[in-house]
Amino acid sequence: MAKTIEEINEKIREGKAVVVTAEEMIDIVREKGVEKAAKEVDVVTTGTFGIMCSSGIYFNIGHTKPRIKLGGGKVYLNNVPAYAGFAAADLFLGANALPDDDPRNRYYPGDFEYGGGHVIEDLVSGKEILLTATAYGTDCYPRKSLNAYITINDLNEAVLFNIRNAYQNYNVAVNLSNRPIYTYMGFLKPKLGNANYSSAGQLSPLLNDPFYKTIGIGTKIFLGGGIGYVAWHGTQHNPNVPRTERGVPKVGAGTLAVIGDLKGMSPKWLRGVSMKGYGVSLAVGIGVPIPILDEEIAFYTSISDDEIYAPVVDYSSTYPNREPDIITEVTYKQLRSGEIEVLGKKVPTSPLSSYVKAREIANILKDWIKTGKFLLTKPSAPIPGPESGIKFKPFSGREIKEEVKEK
Amino acid sequence: MRTERIVLHFPKHLADKPVIVNLVRKFDLDFNILKATITPDEEGVMVLEITGEEENFQKGIQYLKELEVKIQPLSQDVIWDETRCTHCGYCVSYCPTKALQRDEKTYMVSFDPQKCTTCGICVEICPYKAMEIRLVI
Ligand code: SF4
Ligand code: SF4
Repeated sequence: MAKTIEEINEKIREGKAVVVTAEEMIDIVREKGVEKAAKEVDVVTTGTFGIMCSSGIYFNIGHTKPRIKLGGGKVYLNNVPAYAGFAAADLFLGANALPDDDPRNRYYPGDFEYGGGHVIEDLVSGKEILLTATAYGTDCYPRKSLNAYITINDLNEAVLFNIRNAYQNYNVAVNLSNRPIYTYMGFLKPKLGNANYSSAGQLSPLLNDPFYKTIGIGTKIFLGGGIGYVAWHGTQHNPNVPRTERGVPKVGAGTLAVIGDLKGMSPKWLRGVSMKGYGVSLAVGIGVPIPILDEEIAFYTSISDDEIYAPVVDYSSTYPNREPDIITEVTYKQLRSGEIEVLGKKVPTSPLSSYVKAREIANILKDWIKTGKFLLTKPSAPIPGPESGIKFKPFSGREIKEEVKEK
Repeated sequence: MRTERIVLHFPKHLADKPVIVNLVRKFDLDFNILKATITPDEEGVMVLEITGEEENFQKGIQYLKELEVKIQPLSQDVIWDETRCTHCGYCVSYCPTKALQRDEKTYMVSFDPQKCTTCGICVEICPYKAMEIRLVI
C-alpha cells in the first residue's frame, strides 16, 4: 500500500512516524523483507560529509553612507577575492577562491593555507571578516573605497548556494606513475601506493534514491547544520551512466544544487579545507530524508556498501588526460575495509569524506523528524533521471591556438 | 650541505654578543630563527635552523660550544586537535607507525602520541589542519 508525503507528515506531527537511518534500513529490509519494511518505516535518513568544491555563499552587506557600488568593482574578504558582478551590495564567494598573492603551486606542492572555504567557515563561526573594496564611483554611488570588518550578523541575507554537491558515487583515485602526485583526491603515492575514495556509500543521499523518485526540486534537507533545500539538479548531473541491476550508478552520476540560510548553519558542518598541491575547498554536511512511499523506494534505501561499485581511476594519466579507462571496480565494503586489490597488488585505502560525520548527520535528521521539528516536503519538480536523455558533455568549445598569458 | 634544527641555550653573559651573526660571517652558515625567548632566569633560548657545508657546520657548532652555549637537538611534538578532526580517516593509512588509527566498527580515529615519531606526514596532508607540530624546548 502506497503512502503519501501528507500522511507521513501527519504521523511526524503526531510523533508517531517511524524514522530510521539508511544504515539501519539495511538490516530492517534484510530481516523483515521489503513489503513489511515499506509498511513499517516512514522515513529513511541519509547523510554525507565531504569536500564539495562547487560550494559558495552570497550575501548582501547593506548600503554604506555615502553609497558605494560594489558591482563592477573589486572586493576582497580576508584578502580572498569575492565576485562583485551583481548590484551595489551583493557579493558571491566561491569555496575555491584564493588570495591574489597566494603562491599557489609555484612552490610545489603548494600549501593553500587560506581561501574561500576558510572565509565561509570563519563567517559562519561569527568571526570578523575584513572586507576591502574599491569601486569606480558614480553620481548615485559616489564612494570609491570601503575598508571594514563585517560579521554574519551585520549582513542582510547570507545564503549558502552550492551548485554541485552530494555526488552520486565517485571515482577511487590511484597513481600508476613513478612519482607522487597531489590531487583533489589527496596525496597519491607512486606505483599504486594507495587508493583514495570519497563517498558515504550506503549512507549517501543519491545512492539511496538512484532514480531520483523522491529527491527533487524543493526537497527540504539538512544543510551545514541548518535547513536547506534542493534548488535544482547540480552541474554535471549525469543520470545516463552504467548502472547495476539495482539501478545504482557504477560511476559518478547525479548531483544536487542546494541552497539554505547560512545564518542557521554551523562551522561544525561547514569546514574550510586545504588540499596540499591542489587548493582550498569547503567540506559540507548534507542530509536528505527519503519518504518511504512504496516498496520500490524501501528496496532502494536498503542498499548496502557491498552492492555499490566504484571505478578505480589512474590520476597520474587517465584522469588528467580525460581518457575513459577504468582500471577495475571495487565495492565500498572493500574500500572501507582499508585495503583493496588493484592489478594484483594489495593497496591501502583512505577515505576523504567522513563516514563518522555522515552517520551523525543521518542521526540528527532522524531525531529532528522524530521529534516533529522537521517535516518533509513534496518536490515541486523532479530532477532529470535517465529518461531525460541528459548526458554530461565534455568541453566542446572551439579552441584557439595562442596560449593565454596571465594578466 | 646540511640542514639541522637545534635549540641553543645562551648563558646570561652572551646576551649582548653577536653570536649568531658570527655564525654567518665566520663559517658561512645560513640560519633561520624559528623561535627566540628569554627564560625567567635571563637565559636566552633560541630555536634555529642552520644550513651550510658539513665542515663549516662542525666548525660553527664547535664555536658555539667554546662560548658555553648549550646545544640540544630540537624535539617536536605532534598534537591532535580533536575538535578540528572530522574523523574522516584520511590520515590513517599514511601514518607509518599506526599512531593514528581507526576503530573498525565506529570508524572513529584516535591518536596515540606514544607511537608517534613526529614524521610530520599527517600534519602535511590533513585537509582540516587537525594535526599540528609544536616545538618543545
Ligand atoms: S585527516 Fe585530519 S580530520 Fe581526517 S581523521 Fe586524520 S586528523 Fe582527523
Ligand atoms: S607525525 Fe607521523 S608518526 Fe606521528 S601521527 Fe603523524 S603520520 Fe603518524
